[in-house]
Amino acid sequence: MPFNLLVLFCFAYVALLFGVAFFAERRAAIGKARWLRSPLIYTLSLSIYCTAWTFYGAVGSAARSGLEYLTIYLGPTLVFVGWWVLLRKLVRIGRQNQVTSIADLISSRYGKSNLLGAMVTMLAVMAATPYIALQLQSVTLSFGVFASQTPEVWGQATGAWVAGGLAVFTIIFGTRKLDAREQHHGIVTAIAVEAVVKLLALLAVGAFVVWGLAGGVAAVLDRIGTSPLAEWELQPGRWTGLIMASAMAVICLPRMFHVLVVENTDEAQLGPASWAFPAYLFAMSLFIVPIAVIGTDRMPPGANPDLFVLTLPLAEGQGALALLAFLGGFSSATSMVIVETIALATMVSNHMVVPLWLRLAPARAQPGDVRRLVLLSRRLAIMGVLALGYGYYRLSGGSSALAAMGLIAFVGVAQFMPVILGGIFWRGATRTGAALGLLTGGAVWVWALFLPSFGSVMPPEVMAAGPWGIGWLRPQALLGTAGMDPMVHALFWSLALNTGAFCLGSLLTFPGPVERMQGAAFVHVFDTGAVGPRAWGQGRADAEALLILAQRILGDDDALQLFEAEARAQGRTGYLPDPTPEVFARVERHLAGSIGAAAAHAMIADLTGRATVTVDDLMAMANETAAIIENQARLEAQQEELTRTARALRDANEKLTQLSVQKDAFLSQVSHELRTPMTSIRAFSDILAEGDVPPEMVAQSGRVIHEETIRLTRLLDDLLDLSVLEAGTVQLNLSQSNLSGLIDRALVAAGQVQPDRRFVITRDLASEQIFVRSDADRLVQVFINLIANARKYCDAAAPELRVMVRQRGGRVMVDFIDNGRGIAKEAQGLIFEKFARLTDQTRAGGAGLGLAICREVMANLGGAISYLPGQGGAAFRVVLPLRIDRMAAE
Amino acid sequence: MKRARAPLFLERRSYRRRRLGDAARLLPVFGVILILLPLMWSPDATGAARLTAWEGVYLFAVWGALIVVAAILSRALAANDAATSDWDG
Amino acid sequence: MTGRVLLIEDEPNIAEALRFILQRDGWEVGLHTDGATALAEIMRQGPDVVVLDLMLPGASGLDILMGLRADPATAGLPVLMLTAKGQDRDRAAAEAAGVTRFMTKPFANAEIVAALRAMARP
Repeated sequence: MPFNLLVLFCFAYVALLFGVAFFAERRAAIGKARWLRSPLIYTLSLSIYCTAWTFYGAVGSAARSGLEYLTIYLGPTLVFVGWWVLLRKLVRIGRQNQVTSIADLISSRYGKSNLLGAMVTMLAVMAATPYIALQLQSVTLSFGVFASQTPEVWGQATGAWVAGGLAVFTIIFGTRKLDAREQHHGIVTAIAVEAVVKLLALLAVGAFVVWGLAGGVAAVLDRIGTSPLAEWELQPGRWTGLIMASAMAVICLPRMFHVLVVENTDEAQLGPASWAFPAYLFAMSLFIVPIAVIGTDRMPPGANPDLFVLTLPLAEGQGALALLAFLGGFSSATSMVIVETIALATMVSNHMVVPLWLRLAPARAQPGDVRRLVLLSRRLAIMGVLALGYGYYRLSGGSSALAAMGLIAFVGVAQFMPVILGGIFWRGATRTGAALGLLTGGAVWVWALFLPSFGSVMPPEVMAAGPWGIGWLRPQALLGTAGMDPMVHALFWSLALNTGAFCLGSLLTFPGPVERMQGAAFVHVFDTGAVGPRAWGQGRADAEALLILAQRILGDDDALQLFEAEARAQGRTGYLPDPTPEVFARVERHLAGSIGAAAAHAMIADLTGRATVTVDDLMAMANETAAIIENQARLEAQQEELTRTARALRDANEKLTQLSVQKDAFLSQVSHELRTPMTSIRAFSDILAEGDVPPEMVAQSGRVIHEETIRLTRLLDDLLDLSVLEAGTVQLNLSQSNLSGLIDRALVAAGQVQPDRRFVITRDLASEQIFVRSDADRLVQVFINLIANARKYCDAAAPELRVMVRQRGGRVMVDFIDNGRGIAKEAQGLIFEKFARLTDQTRAGGAGLGLAICREVMANLGGAISYLPGQGGAAFRVVLPLRIDRMAAE
Repeated sequence: MKRARAPLFLERRSYRRRRLGDAARLLPVFGVILILLPLMWSPDATGAARLTAWEGVYLFAVWGALIVVAAILSRALAANDAATSDWDG
Repeated sequence: MTGRVLLIEDEPNIAEALRFILQRDGWEVGLHTDGATALAEIMRQGPDVVVLDLMLPGASGLDILMGLRADPATAGLPVLMLTAKGQDRDRAAAEAAGVTRFMTKPFANAEIVAALRAMARP
């Protein structure tokens, strides 16, 4: 096969994945991707456990050490068939706490500690480096097989090209948005496709080898018996050690945790996956030994067994099969790298960049600033992680066997296991203990396995005699245990010392209040009666400040949506809920889904200016909990209902009182508004009637009388309009019109209000190209009102008005935001009432009916208008349906 | 913190459900024992040559059995889950 | 007799009409439109009579009136208060604050001229 054609094929395949990812995101965005919730997609996405290591390395491993390769798949099988014990709890905790990564889980459990998050992140990045190098190496090797005719074309540069291409793909699909929960539907779907490709490829090669080359199952079994592979002896240490390491790795590898917990869309997916994933592994492993045996038989003695999957079909003249095998290997490597880098980038941004930035530059708060920082740092982290992997690949010479490189990573991430198990089953585990355990285990792993893997980094005399001649510190013979296999040695010592330090540290230290609370919440996650973590006291900060904070992280849109939902749950309208502790806790959890528990907690603590809960609070909470359990949840629900009703009643009463005051004021206002122009008319007509007036005064009198008559008429028109609108008997002229055109019209018309004020208008014309079916004139009337108000009342030195249009589902939102002082919170509820000009004395022309009319117009158009708090100026949101319902209109 | 007080005796269906959970918990334990069993086999049995192949067949058989049992259990648990909503930990 | 009158009225058309009819009647007419600075303006100009609107930007006419009455220098200054609200409550409040005359808009020109003449005559 020509090499160039292969490259072309690769590009076509990648383009297909792009297409799949795009399609999936599109469908998910409009909520039509139910298949994303299916256990099948979940199971297939779990298959990123099988990387290029499985695809190529397993055959090499089988050729070198017989059935040992099975350990790597038996370990995860045990974990998955035992899902009821561990995975179920992990997934529940992950969903309940909106966990974003394994570092976030550990940090969150141990009192939202950022130190632990950073430690886990560092260890995970180090462990991932050889693993990513492994993938780059395997892709380079597989290219090399095809490029052997033209060796100079790609050579070493292939690794760099692959790394660069993967970075681009991952950045495009992995960091496009900052989701509440870090879920990436596009990527998950693309990975599922890759999972099918790699399984089919390996099965095809296997079937070809068994039935095409060897002549059936029985023949293969015979061949195994006579092959060099049969001389393999099971080494008890490695057999148990590897099963243990792989069982831990399937949970602790950042990418596995990501697909297993973070990308989980439904807990019910776990049950089917508990057998389907082991079945996938079973199928992947089935033909490994036959391929290894037949490969060793048929290929020349020097051939690299890691590449038999590819070279065997090629040597037998099966070009198409080799190509399929190549794609399978390519799929395995790319899917692993993509998810691994996303998981690591999330960890780096949430546990290293954001905390650092919060410490260094806390002052400049703007909507979306944290969000932009997080996305940027994730993009950089993706590139950084890939660069590290590439560096390791170049540094280690790309010579070691694939399996050996993967095992280094397994033992590295296994260090998280004691801390996780302790965290979810033992309430006594403390942050200090966890930090000590991770530090000890990590250090032993680096010393005994990671550094020696470079070959050149550790001088031979250190390996042989220990540092400074201290024999019991020899990297592969700690405390004189020289007889062990290096991998088992590192696994044993790192985990033993890790667990020891963790338990001892936990027994000797006392946990802080947040730690104790989180510990209880994690360990008892299935006790539905327990109250959720409540970390905040009553009413320490106001809701608007919290909203502004949320906007920095989630962006305007999502934050407003969240707050609207919270307010609605309390039975209120608008965007500001009562700042109850529950609201704080829920907002914190939501923010934690974007930037991790530690950073979210720190930011809210900063806002409330208090160190969350105390031990006394915890004790009080425990008593409260006991009481609630005694009386069961019904009482609680009743009380909740009562509180809600009381709040609604109080709101209604307040409103009624205000309304009756306003009714009075309304009549008085109508009188005033009618009498003022009438006064002018009467005075000037008196003057005219008396006669003997200079001619210019006659002219002026005529003009004033004319003007004031118009003013009277307009006022009466407005009043009538309002009463018609309020009665809902208005005639609507429905037509299809472009929103951008309507805004144009409104801007021109409103420009006559205080025409000398220069206003900067910011619009995004592209987003305005929406056709709505509505009453265009009425809509323009509302827009004119809002723009004119901004022109009149915006008190900024350089006034500015932003018009933003967004479409969400069948509704269109048009926001008008100026940069003035905004409207005080007490007044926000009143501005839509009749004659509610804010200060009674302000005379800016209109009669104070504008916003009241706007509200009624929008209600008649099937939409709404509301005040948006926390935008740094006066901000109004007009919501209207894309197509007004005929029935509703009539 | 005290756990919610559980009733001493359960009606039949909840009882079955709890035992299903126990079975799901025991499955990996059996799996470990079966998978570590080859450690006990002495390599010098009849003929070392045939052993590797049969060892492989044994391991795949255990593996397949684990998958089948896990599938049955997870289905039963899911069906039970739909029927009763109490979810013990 | 006539003298100096200060109009405190923010509606430009009404102020213009008042100015015309009062000037024709022989008054020297000053005009001020802002409520917040009205008190200071009265002190500065020292008019013989003040015509005060009830609803003004910055401060209400009632506040201004109370300010005048509180200061011994202006406690006796004749004040004609105009209002477009025309509620009895307002009239009562103005009288309690010590207004000299109270008139509801719209008014007849002759009426206002007569009222001012009457007020200016001590």
